[in-house]
Amino acid sequence: MGALGDLANGFADALTPINLLWALLGVLLGTAVGVLPGIGPAMTVALLLPVTYVLEPTSAFIMFAGIYYGGMYGGSTTSILLNTPGESSSIMTALEGNKMAKAGRGSAALATAAIGSFVAGTIATLLLALVAPTVVDLAIGITAADYFALAVLAFVAVATVLGSSPLRGLASLCIGLYLGLVGTDVLTGQERFTLGVPQLSDGVDVVVVAVALFAVGECLYVASRLRRGSVQVLDASAGWLTRQDLRRSWKPWLRGTALGFPLGALPAGGAEIPTFLSYAAERKLTKHPEEFGKGAIEGVAGPEAANNASAAGVLVPLLTLGLPTSATAAIILAAFQGYGIQPGPTLLTTEGPLVWTLIASLLIGNFMLLVLNLPLVGVWVKLLRIPRPYLYAGILMFASLGSFAVNADPLDLVILLVIGLLGFLMRRYGWPVAPAVIGLILGPIAETNLRRALAISDGDLSVLVDTWFSRIVLALAFLALFGPIVLRLVKGPRSTPEQLQADGHLEHRDRDDAVPTGADREDRS
Amino acid sequence: MELSRRSFLAGAVALPSLAALAGCAGTVVQPGDLSRLRMMVPASPGGGWDTTARTLQRVIQQAGVARNVQVFNVEGAGGTIGLGQLAREDDDALLMMMGLVMVGAVDTNDSSTRLTDVTPIAQLIAETELIVVPAESPHDDLASFVEAWAADPRGTPIAGGSAGGTDQILAGLLAEAAGIDPVQVNYIPYSGGGESLAALLGNQVAAGISGTADYGEQVTSGTLKGLAVSTAERSGQVPDVPTIVESGFDVEVTNWRGLMARPGMSDDARENLIALVQDAHDSDEWAEALDNNGWLDTFQTGDEYGDFLAEEEIRVRQILTEIGLIP
Repeated sequence: MGALGDLANGFADALTPINLLWALLGVLLGTAVGVLPGIGPAMTVALLLPVTYVLEPTSAFIMFAGIYYGGMYGGSTTSILLNTPGESSSIMTALEGNKMAKAGRGSAALATAAIGSFVAGTIATLLLALVAPTVVDLAIGITAADYFALAVLAFVAVATVLGSSPLRGLASLCIGLYLGLVGTDVLTGQERFTLGVPQLSDGVDVVVVAVALFAVGECLYVASRLRRGSVQVLDASAGWLTRQDLRRSWKPWLRGTALGFPLGALPAGGAEIPTFLSYAAERKLTKHPEEFGKGAIEGVAGPEAANNASAAGVLVPLLTLGLPTSATAAIILAAFQGYGIQPGPTLLTTEGPLVWTLIASLLIGNFMLLVLNLPLVGVWVKLLRIPRPYLYAGILMFASLGSFAVNADPLDLVILLVIGLLGFLMRRYGWPVAPAVIGLILGPIAETNLRRALAISDGDLSVLVDTWFSRIVLALAFLALFGPIVLRLVKGPRSTPEQLQADGHLEHRDRDDAVPTGADREDRS
Repeated sequence: MELSRRSFLAGAVALPSLAALAGCAGTVVQPGDLSRLRMMVPASPGGGWDTTARTLQRVIQQAGVARNVQVFNVEGAGGTIGLGQLAREDDDALLMMMGLVMVGAVDTNDSSTRLTDVTPIAQLIAETELIVVPAESPHDDLASFVEAWAADPRGTPIAGGSAGGTDQILAGLLAEAAGIDPVQVNYIPYSGGGESLAALLGNQVAAGISGTADYGEQVTSGTLKGLAVSTAERSGQVPDVPTIVESGFDVEVTNWRGLMARPGMSDDARENLIALVQDAHDSDEWAEALDNNGWLDTFQTGDEYGDFLAEEEIRVRQILTEIGLIP
């Protein structure tokens, strides 16, 4: 096969000691940046863009590859250990991952995230190398109506994170949807709910909201509880991935990859929707439904894989069409152009060796991440040994720094604090915070694409079910939403949501129950 | 290039620049000292202004015009947040990247700081706008497309960049020249040139408007059909595509970009900045950057540039009012 031969040549170019050093530097920087809340890979790559003026293209791309994948991975560490996602795509990881950490299984959660990221990143990068032109042909056929259908399906996925009280969950979702309305309307350029504050005219930054609701809210909540009772030191000793963990992880890794890569390749896909869908899928398919919400390993493995696979998916339109679909991709595009290379339909023929070197570097960077991070799992977990007042003071400082650094505007700190207070109140009164962030991400996607579809069709509603893609996706959403209700009507009423979740999996409920869930120690320390 | 001392230096420079993230954007500069320069990009990393600023940063450093140039982003509201911040600055060694989009954004966002409140330094470059149709489209030239467009403006969706930007301004001006009511134009805004490209390749919209940087490659390779370019001369990137004027409509738009500085600076300080930008412009590195990016050299400085800005303000406000984006 020609592609494999080209890839081998790419490895030959990339695998020099100096280039490996650049890869290591990139991976280290990327992980550091991913760990810090609020500072994203896009900003890091932008800051490092000047190195391209002195480095040869291969070395620069190897470093960027490391930063890119490292940033995707780094976000999961803080999500799992501290419930403070650094990027919006690692929010779903926090849901189960942090519960695992609180149950003393932080090492296992970090390990499944690291291996899952590696597996997903490797498969997706290979797919990028082998099927990019085919995928992109399919991806450009996706219409605004299809995106709307996808957003509807993702909304249904929210139902799985509503928590014990659907009413509170829905209220939280509505808060997110409202925050998503703030800013300039994409289609008409008019401002909505900006209260005359110019800084709000681009909307509320998802990262600031995520950091505020999760990190600041969590800090305030923990602080408010510190006086009551002794501070509990989390037990981090309970082991590494067990064989059983692996058995429960490998399918979610593959499913997450299968969701992440194609959705990431869509021109308006992004990394968030695949993680939502992956979480929902794992929750539906799991044999341990009773563990979800208390630290189920599937809920970490799936979204983490989806997150990293979509990072590779984003490169598909970038390399084949010259179409950057994320901020990081846009800056990588600028780096290409800095070398006088124009990505596009002709890139593979004109700059073939360089593209294969980039793909080889992505694989190398991915491997380095695994090598770097698996041994570090033990070190990271020790973070939890830091006395809580210092630990959470540190988180607050980094959260503020990250939010402030983006624009150096004090108003961002005010927004951070106000939404952080909201996050505290939501925790205090048992409102789940994840639906709010999901609403903020999905609301604008759904609205823009619905209105864009209707504008293109000049108001004809039938455009929404005009393609097979939208029909199938909407039917799936419909099934996921009403299937359980119909099942319940058929099978007779059930008493608790947990049992409802377990529908169809009852025969497995008592198998494989060796995992300590630690639910009783949860939260109220 | 072999790995040299310079590449290690680059790494050494890159690391502290991460530290600069921590908000310590202010550097202590003596008055009149332009060896350390700051450049504000009033938009997110990765966009057109950002690319231009970072290219200029590279040229200034490589050509030795200034020792250290720091680029930082102040996002929001079509650049008017950055503009407002510039109006409060008192640093003479600060340049702000801006362009045609900001002229419209000042009006659509009802910004309290206007372009006349800050000091014009120089216009740097312009990008050619390119009007394209999908490869499957029945139209091969602009006249044929406009005829169909005039017959059914609402049923002819035209894709482009964000609302009120260069692409929509061009759509409005062309509609007007063709006798179509600009309010009737069914303009579908996408974020950046990239997303609209996907809609065009998927044959979901009738036409698209964006810079040659976004569509040029597709026109060359035949996956899109180029109908017209917006400048007075044909573009070197797509030499076969005629200009709008050649096609019989009296419309000329360039997506220009330029530099502004803080208000109320002394004439000397202003002359120094202009001289610095002039030096960068005259360098071989800049000529190469123009060539690589397909940019037009529309360099003009000082008062000449200020007069140009004033004319653009009037023209842009008029067309945005006719489209209905500003009251």
